[in-house]
Amino acid sequence: MPEKGWKELPIGGKILDAGNSIEYETGSWRTFRPVVDKKKCINCLRCWLLCPDSSIFVEDEKVMGYDYAYCKGCGICAEMCPVDAIEMVLETEKDTVEADERGIKVVQEEDPETG
Amino acid sequence: MSTILPLTGNESGAEVMRQIAPDVVAAYPITPQTELMHRFADYVADGKVPTELILVESEHSAMSACVGASAAGARVMTATSSQGMALMWEILYIAAALRLPIVMPLVNRSLSAPINIHCDHSDSMGARDTGWLQLYCENCQEIYDTGIQAMKIAENKDVLLPVMVCYDGFILSHTVERVELLEDHEVKGFIGEHIADHPLLDVDNPVTYGPLDLQDFYFEHKRQEAEAMRNAKPVVLQVAEEYEVLSGRKYGLFEEYFSKDAEYIMVCLGSAAGTAKAAVDELRAAGENVGLLKLRVFRPFPAEELVAALADAKRIAVMDRADGVNSIGGPVFSEIRAALYGRSSAKISNYIYGLGGRDIDIEMMKSVFQDMKDGKYAEEAFYLGVRE
Amino acid sequence: MAIKLKELSHKKDLLAPGHRCCAGCGSILSVKEVMMAVDGPVVVSFATGCLEVATTIFPYTAWRVPYIHCAFENSASVMSGVEAAYQSLKKQGKIDKEIKFIAFGGDGGTYDIGLQALSGAMERGHDMLYVCYDNEAYMNTGIQRSSSTPRAAATSTSPAGTVLPGKTQFRKDLTKIMAAHGIPYVAQATPDRWRDLISKVKKALEIKGPKFINILSSCFRGWRCAPEKSIEVTKLAVQTRFWPLYEVEYGKWKLNYKPKEYVPIEEWLKTQRRFQHVLKPENKPLLEEIQKNVDQRWEELLQLCGESSPEVTPGN
Repeated sequence: MPEKGWKELPIGGKILDAGNSIEYETGSWRTFRPVVDKKKCINCLRCWLLCPDSSIFVEDEKVMGYDYAYCKGCGICAEMCPVDAIEMVLETEKDTVEADERGIKVVQEEDPETG
Repeated sequence: MSTILPLTGNESGAEVMRQIAPDVVAAYPITPQTELMHRFADYVADGKVPTELILVESEHSAMSACVGASAAGARVMTATSSQGMALMWEILYIAAALRLPIVMPLVNRSLSAPINIHCDHSDSMGARDTGWLQLYCENCQEIYDTGIQAMKIAENKDVLLPVMVCYDGFILSHTVERVELLEDHEVKGFIGEHIADHPLLDVDNPVTYGPLDLQDFYFEHKRQEAEAMRNAKPVVLQVAEEYEVLSGRKYGLFEEYFSKDAEYIMVCLGSAAGTAKAAVDELRAAGENVGLLKLRVFRPFPAEELVAALADAKRIAVMDRADGVNSIGGPVFSEIRAALYGRSSAKISNYIYGLGGRDIDIEMMKSVFQDMKDGKYAEEAFYLGVRE
Repeated sequence: MAIKLKELSHKKDLLAPGHRCCAGCGSILSVKEVMMAVDGPVVVSFATGCLEVATTIFPYTAWRVPYIHCAFENSASVMSGVEAAYQSLKKQGKIDKEIKFIAFGGDGGTYDIGLQALSGAMERGHDMLYVCYDNEAYMNTGIQRSSSTPRAAATSTSPAGTVLPGKTQFRKDLTKIMAAHGIPYVAQATPDRWRDLISKVKKALEIKGPKFINILSSCFRGWRCAPEKSIEVTKLAVQTRFWPLYEVEYGKWKLNYKPKEYVPIEEWLKTQRRFQHVLKPENKPLLEEIQKNVDQRWEELLQLCGESSPEVTPGN
């Protein structure tokens, strides 16, 4: 993208578009990606609070997965989860875990015989 | 309508502040600026201005608070001298680069060491490339008139740069002169309402001030700042014209005092220009072809206009009340010589004078003209008034 | 004032993602929690430092509220100006909104180079909250020691060498210095104890006048621990009484949390490699010296808070 010249930029180095850092995706920094097991998750929202990159979707007070566009894979969410519902998976091995595009583990059907 | 009062330079500065009635003033005491703030504090204490006066713990914080207040959307002023401005230094650049139209009377005083409270221009000259406009005053009337004009220049949307109104410590700050003031409503009408550019307090339109600016944008922002300083020159002239209509007093980038047809021209700024005028008067009366060019606007530097004004001079003597301590000469000299390079055949000499408040009198000024006439010239500056 | 995350989750995040803080930055979490406590309009100022740099790289800003950064040592004085502008314009009827003001600085910008500006702003009584995110060194410039760096911590300017075992001085107790200003509210917090932190910020913002909150905020790079431990590591700082949670409201000191067991400082030092040399057998006297200092400061705090002395004896 060609950058603006000096005549087009707002003066004084001001940024007028508040919160436009969302245009800068930091997801590529990630080595490990979090995936969440919603069977274990108790929706305490601690992970949401303690995510430095505000990358955890919460809808109706429930954890609804990860915003991988920004998640840097720090692992704080997994570390701080009180019920060990979050697993950090190497990006290169992400296919070994069945999860949707938001990192919610696909629920395995329980075997009615053994389950 | 106008009021005529006997005022010191500092009292003139305080009148400027009272009539502009800034939303915020942040200041710290330093000689010889102090009396200006005493008087202004009286106005605040008596409710004559709506100003929030922040009595900070240092000049660094004074300028920082001015930056915050101006970015917030307020009309802002401060005043300082010497070491005080030296302590502001870092923030002077930031105020200019953030494009904040702060107006600051600077009561010129020498810089330590040795410590000295009296006038020279080493404080403001050191800050000549901080991005501030610099306007120099010859007398108390000019302090008043320039202060009022400064606010209008600073806030012009093509400029939006801070302005220093420089006047000589003690020589002007503590000297009573006849000063003609405009009426309060005339000043209000002249400067108009302050309209801030994207203020912080417009909370519905949040703006970020002062981000990290790297290789890809910093240069563009500095280029904008340079353009604003260029824009300032016609704005200074336009505001001077409007001020003349209001007050009847004429201002320009500089004043040509019998210099148009003179062979020997002195360039000088500040109160010493008054002494130089007296010398010119005496020499003219004696039939000498001498003149004075009193520089008023040092930033932006009016190079083109100066070249035209000095075109026919045979010899030029540039007076500096600050030494560059650089083995070349003073700051005014460096600028004038650079401006005239390749465009004038005049010999240009440099005189360093009046450091630490050392007096300069008419005889000394006359000796400079005599030197020009005698062809006395040196590559290095002459020191006028120092004991050998 | 019970803080419920479920309720907070409905609020708009005032700090957007896409900022360039390190993965696992502990300091931005302190700031994020502070901002969660804010209701209504707010203006923020920042001292130069990691968070200033990482949240606002032109042309991007992570801030969804008005924000200003000017220089390193003047977050407090810049905010003085913003607040004074507000008071003036409000007085003149040019603005009618109720606006809060929060100035942030790291420990370098607060304990060291910005201490004078902070002291001045607090003394003048501006209606603002100053928040120090204290990560105990100049992290932005490459982990140099500050006056907040704990005794014996290895930094790039106080390395653990063969003669000198890291920083040779104990840390400055800035929170107490701020309390000595006699301002309406002073507190210490950690992002690990988020309920405590958010309630303190909410309380502070309700009080008119100058307020100061000091938040121990980890930096895994400087503290030399794993990024995922960024929050966990501040927990032990509280348990070992190195960083007590307390507040001083209108001159009344109150301890907010009293650890039930005596946890030796060694347990906290163990979690960070900046202290690894302290744990060597030959540095036992140094470890004892550190423990003695922690105990002494804790004792002093208990007295100020009118709490009884601990029954346990110091040391292992």
